[in-house]
Amino acid sequence: MNVDRRHFLIMLPAAAIAWKYVLAGTPEESPNYKMSDHWWSMLIDIPKCIGCGNCVRACALENDVPEGHFRTWVERYHVTDWDMVNPEVISPDGGKEGFPAAQVDDNGKYFFVPKLCNHCADSPCTQVCPVGATFISPDGVVLIDQTYCLGCAYCVQACPYGCRYIHPEKKVADKCTLCYHRITKGLTTACCEACPTGARQLADLKDPNDPIHAFLRTHNVQVLKPQMATGAKVFYNELDGSVR
Amino acid sequence: MSLFKDAGHLFRFAFLFVVAFFVFLVVRHFVVPKTFGEYGHYRAAAIGEIAAHPIHFAGHETCETCHADILDVKKAGKHAGVNCEACHGPLANHANDPSIAPPKLDTAVLCIRCHAVSAAKPKGFPQIDPAQHSGGVPCETCHQPHSPAIQTGGAK
Repeated sequence: MNVDRRHFLIMLPAAAIAWKYVLAGTPEESPNYKMSDHWWSMLIDIPKCIGCGNCVRACALENDVPEGHFRTWVERYHVTDWDMVNPEVISPDGGKEGFPAAQVDDNGKYFFVPKLCNHCADSPCTQVCPVGATFISPDGVVLIDQTYCLGCAYCVQACPYGCRYIHPEKKVADKCTLCYHRITKGLTTACCEACPTGARQLADLKDPNDPIHAFLRTHNVQVLKPQMATGAKVFYNELDGSVR
Repeated sequence: MSLFKDAGHLFRFAFLFVVAFFVFLVVRHFVVPKTFGEYGHYRAAAIGEIAAHPIHFAGHETCETCHADILDVKKAGKHAGVNCEACHGPLANHANDPSIAPPKLDTAVLCIRCHAVSAAKPKGFPQIDPAQHSGGVPCETCHQPHSPAIQTGGAK
């Protein structure tokens, strides 16, 4: 390419502007969103879940989740009176297309448990990452830097809730982002948006006006595997003791 | 200077260490991403990159800015708490460009997903056995999805 001095000087300002964006490295961020003002969590109201699978489908569509892998999924528990510690748990295709009809069982009970990344405050998965590719963002969401991830899958093993998988094409770790691209723009997550009964509610623990605070005070709310001390932030209302 | 007598080989060795250290600093400067360590042991720019992913579900507030008439119908009925895209699916592309028509829906599939009878569902949730309930008649013959209670004298 032949560039004389005149054209070189003309191109300089354009190059300077372009270089500024290269250095910045961050594509458009939400202008009014301040990370330090939020601490995200989710509330799952088990008595409201009907096992329709709307959340699983919505998540797959919103986040381009590969077939056979799940960022959120729904489990159906069948607990019988005589064996409370060994529930029968099914989750056909993650509950994506719902569940087969259950017959009335006079000696047991059925219920649905939607699962997703618990966005732990003291997350085991971020602690084992050897390269700093997964981390807890300042607003309390466990995220993966997929350009940095090596795909070693330490985090997949470390997660006590089985919420991570290795993306079959990208060969890097993948998981629920709590729809970070939505919540930073003032929207709720895709699963909450699609849930027809309000069984899932996005909650911001740093927002004093969020109804989560009153709910946590007045309901029987638990997290999954509290003995792991992960600081899980997905709260389950009326969680049965048989759920693991 | 008897202390440094015959120490030339040690200085050469030390010089190599100093050079290697500066090479390390230079390489590190170029290899470590600019924003690494801004908030913690990770690349802070990744947060913005994840936040910039495209949206597929527009959100019910977006739908309601244009379809306020349907919102009024829905608010009065049993489906008041059901968001638009729970049934209609992700429609951010339609919200951005209304000339893109949303796909046609099949009530035979959609209604059954939630309302097919199962002992596993909460007791108070309205459930029907599709085979017995209508005998193949489409749901919308009797029930309008936006306000599903039967309007004229029928059961709720």
